[in-house]
Amino acid sequence: MEDIITAREITFGYPKENNQIQLVLRGVSLTIQEGEFVAILGHNGSGKSTIAKHMNAILVPNEGTMTVCGIDTKDEEKLYDIRRQVGMVFQNPDNQIVATIVEEDVAFGPENMGVEPSRIRELVDQSLEDVGMSEYKHHAPHQLSGGQKQRVAIAGIIAMRPRCIVLDEPTAMLDPKGRREVMRTIQRLNRENSITIVLITHYMEEAAKAGRVVVMDDGQILYDDTPKHVFSHVRELKEVGLDVPQATELCYELRQAGYDLPEDILTEEECAQALCHLLERGKAV
Amino acid sequence: MLKDITIGQYFPGQSILHEMDPRMKIVLTTVYIIMLFAASNPLGLCVSIPFLVLAYGVSRIPAVMILRSLKPVLPIIIFTSLLNMFFIDGQVLWQLGFLKITLQGLTTAIVMSIRILFLIAGTSLLTYTTSPIALTDGIERLFSPLKRLKLPVHELAMMMTIALRFIPTLVEETDKIMSAQKARGADMESGGLTRRAKALIPILIPLFVSAFRRADELALAMECRCYRGGEGRTRMKQLKIHSRDIFCAIFVGVCFAAVIAINLWAPVVLTMR
Ligand SMILES: Nc1ncnc2c1ncn2[C@@H]1O[C@H](COP(=O)(O)OP(=O)(O)OP(=O)(O)O)[C@@H](O)[C@H]1O
Ligand SMILES: [Mg+2]
Repeated sequence: MEDIITAREITFGYPKENNQIQLVLRGVSLTIQEGEFVAILGHNGSGKSTIAKHMNAILVPNEGTMTVCGIDTKDEEKLYDIRRQVGMVFQNPDNQIVATIVEEDVAFGPENMGVEPSRIRELVDQSLEDVGMSEYKHHAPHQLSGGQKQRVAIAGIIAMRPRCIVLDEPTAMLDPKGRREVMRTIQRLNRENSITIVLITHYMEEAAKAGRVVVMDDGQILYDDTPKHVFSHVRELKEVGLDVPQATELCYELRQAGYDLPEDILTEEECAQALCHLLERGKAV
Repeated sequence: MLKDITIGQYFPGQSILHEMDPRMKIVLTTVYIIMLFAASNPLGLCVSIPFLVLAYGVSRIPAVMILRSLKPVLPIIIFTSLLNMFFIDGQVLWQLGFLKITLQGLTTAIVMSIRILFLIAGTSLLTYTTSPIALTDGIERLFSPLKRLKLPVHELAMMMTIALRFIPTLVEETDKIMSAQKARGADMESGGLTRRAKALIPILIPLFVSAFRRADELALAMECRCYRGGEGRTRMKQLKIHSRDIFCAIFVGVCFAAVIAINLWAPVVLTMR
């Protein structure tokens, strides 16, 4: 598999008033391969959005190199080659939708890229279908629910046929239903359209669905592993201000209380199964 | 409560006027305005009557809408008519003290009023049958030759689109802020004008702050979607001139020719000064 995003020892800081800089990324190294589904976790201000903005050259590192699709992000000539391959979805769907009609908004990206009109039509129809919003294509954005708006925003990105989508807390402003809709869409894009997904989130249950979890703390990478491994560090995660999925937490507490439960439980089903198993064994003894 | 505000005055429909190319509609509306002012005699103006009746009939816009669009200009019409009636010299028809009405004054007043009424009624039809977005699109494409003169046509059209897109969002936001301030005890309905104006400050400030934040995020999102101005940009929807557009153009052309013909050959009695 080809590497799609490679960060080598990147540091980055925002300029502050008195000519100082506030370091936000302190030597981050990260490689993401084509087709992966990576979740990035971290408490507020740990630098998640900052690293995300490095992934499509909105920001460039002060030190170190960031390579996206084989292009160094410092190369300003190739800026749009990077951006058409790595799309970005933000937290507030309201602030990313440009046009007054859903299908026109989805067409915005391909239009900017100078795609031929008939081809744009195909891309728009396909993208709306991929996110399950075809029947709303003539609606105005403000008539849609939050989850629907966010799916339109995702359609607007996939219409550019990117290889990778970076989503910065796409579900933060949505209700549980909208959150489920968006998560399902993201997972399907990853599985069926083999688009690489980088998902920044505060919801542990969402992160548990990824193939790989990166935990950031204070501008550095703390863990970078499968969800099962990462979430087995319950105490360490709590120390950096993060939670673990509820099922994992329950099993952790029970383990602390002396019950014999496995460490790698993520979902409610797994948890229920393990508990049943435990009860059966209890009866047998 | 603010949600009831409608943007523009678009009435969705499927009539020939609705389906017409927006560029053609803008051009024909302009021709219609010229026609109104070219008609130098009342008979010529009368050509506009069947024209308007037909246009409104075909578009199925309810006739009350004409009245609604005329309402705001009525004071102006009355005022200018009065001025025209009393202050134009000529053959005196009626006199009371220093007030006199002349034949010339009366005809000018009538012609002027009809002209303004028809002007408003005709141009409203453009906004009634064209969605704001189609209108913007039409304007952008119609004026795109002016890009050569370094006029920022695309940028202006983009601004209009974004404004249209964000009006409902900001209206909703204003509603929320108002409720929030009311919940904190703000009183917006009582007091004199200055007091009420002052009461708006706690609404406007958060609204502006939020609008700027939105603008910032939108700019970022647009950049992420490869936006770099109008250059090299294509459009999904292509505008095409259909036979219905040609048909309407011919119709307007015939009306225009009629007006000119009447101007040239109508009885001299009817010509104004
Ligand atoms: N445009 C900016 N200018 C200056 N400082 C900034 C800017 N954006 C972010 N920062 C600072 O950089 C740090 C990291 O911000 P970042 O947005 O990357 O955090 P985050 O992990 O995404 O947090 P959150 O979970 O709140 O989204 C924060 O301390 C923040 O104050
Ligand atoms: Mg963030």
